[in-house]
Amino acid sequence: MEKILYYFFNWPLIAPHLPAMLKGFAVTLQMAALTIAFGLTLGLALAVLRTYGNKLLNAALIFYVDVFRAIPQLVILVLIFFALPGVGIVLDPVTATVVALSLVLAAFAEEIFWSGIAAVARGQWEAGRCGGLTFNQTLFSIILPQVVRIAIPPLTNRAIGITKGTTLGSVIAVPELLNVASSVQSTIANPTALTAAAVLFCLIFLPFVRLTRWMEGHYAPKR
Amino acid sequence: MELIDTFFNADIFLKIWPLLLSGLWLTLGLAALSVPLAAAIGLAVAMAYHQHHKWLNRLLIAYVDCLRAFPPLVLLIFIFYGCPFIGLQFNDITATVLALVLNGSSYYAEIFRAGLESVPRGQEEAARSAGLSAPQTMAHVLVPQGVRNVMPDLASNTLELIKQTSIASAVALQELLRAAQIGQGLYYNPTPLVAAALIYLVLLWPLVRAISRMQKPVVIPR
Repeated sequence: MEKILYYFFNWPLIAPHLPAMLKGFAVTLQMAALTIAFGLTLGLALAVLRTYGNKLLNAALIFYVDVFRAIPQLVILVLIFFALPGVGIVLDPVTATVVALSLVLAAFAEEIFWSGIAAVARGQWEAGRCGGLTFNQTLFSIILPQVVRIAIPPLTNRAIGITKGTTLGSVIAVPELLNVASSVQSTIANPTALTAAAVLFCLIFLPFVRLTRWMEGHYAPKR
Repeated sequence: MELIDTFFNADIFLKIWPLLLSGLWLTLGLAALSVPLAAAIGLAVAMAYHQHHKWLNRLLIAYVDCLRAFPPLVLLIFIFYGCPFIGLQFNDITATVLALVLNGSSYYAEIFRAGLESVPRGQEEAARSAGLSAPQTMAHVLVPQGVRNVMPDLASNTLELIKQTSIASAVALQELLRAAQIGQGLYYNPTPLVAAALIYLVLLWPLVRAISRMQKPVVIPR
């Protein structure tokens, strides 16, 4: 027990390193915010494009989505960071992480928005068109507002899952929370740094996990 | 042409293929260990939750939510580099499987719980009044129907778990991604990385397609 306290909850020992860890935490938050903003925007744009029913475009879209769903995030990140320089595209680690995660989130978000579109009753489209609205007007003012509502719970879940991937940045030396915590741990030879990182990660993600639980009840169809 | 030499260099690919293949086997092994274990624990948690015991459920929700809030890589680093300090030494494979199972089981638990809750209450009542015991009702009535209702979610969680085996590369376990990184370092050429990505794609694309097919088709009147 004493050993556990000494090695995992040794707060005085990591106190001097806390500012560095908070800095890492800020990098994590920044990357998470950027990933969510880019990923969701791109995902929604792709889903909207898909409604126009251009066969060639849709085949390309589905290919994109499938590829980014099938290949692990970390593999995509490593490819972007280590392989793209081969064609002269050099991204710094933070940008590479945000780009990789955004591309993956966009693929998943497109699928979620698309199944949201499937969930809106066909009559909504027909009513819009019969009421004299154009295809675009129906899409943007009748269908999408309902889609977003349906898509929020699964999107939150997926966004949590993918922003947790910001930790993968530590593999390519992004100075985010996990990376800083690992190096503090080896400096002070005490894993309390990892405990502190774990606590900080829980602080950001736990509220969102709780939120999805609440939304599940709130948005659930009444039986 | 230079592009092909850089990203799809056949000579390098042939030289690195045995290494990639051994990495692929390890990736498949990790998946084969983690998926059934995580699913079994997840199902057990969901079945325990279904007993509607107030304190037990609070504990189970805490378990599930904390693990869902935890990035799996943090869990892995904690298990692999943190636990030895208190004398708990795990080798790289055990540590990876442990991290994947802990994280994966929390997601499976949520999915199975939703599945069990989706079965109409009358089913349970009918089974009990027909003389089935509570465990029999669970095994023959609730689980089969509940699992069928959440098949798409189970499949996509399994896909996620298989992809997550790639984090093992962070603890130098030589699975597919790590093998490719070693190959890239050896030949100073990204072909092995591209090859690894393509192997993942070939391996998992059928699963991605199957998941998409489980969804309702979209019909948009024009």
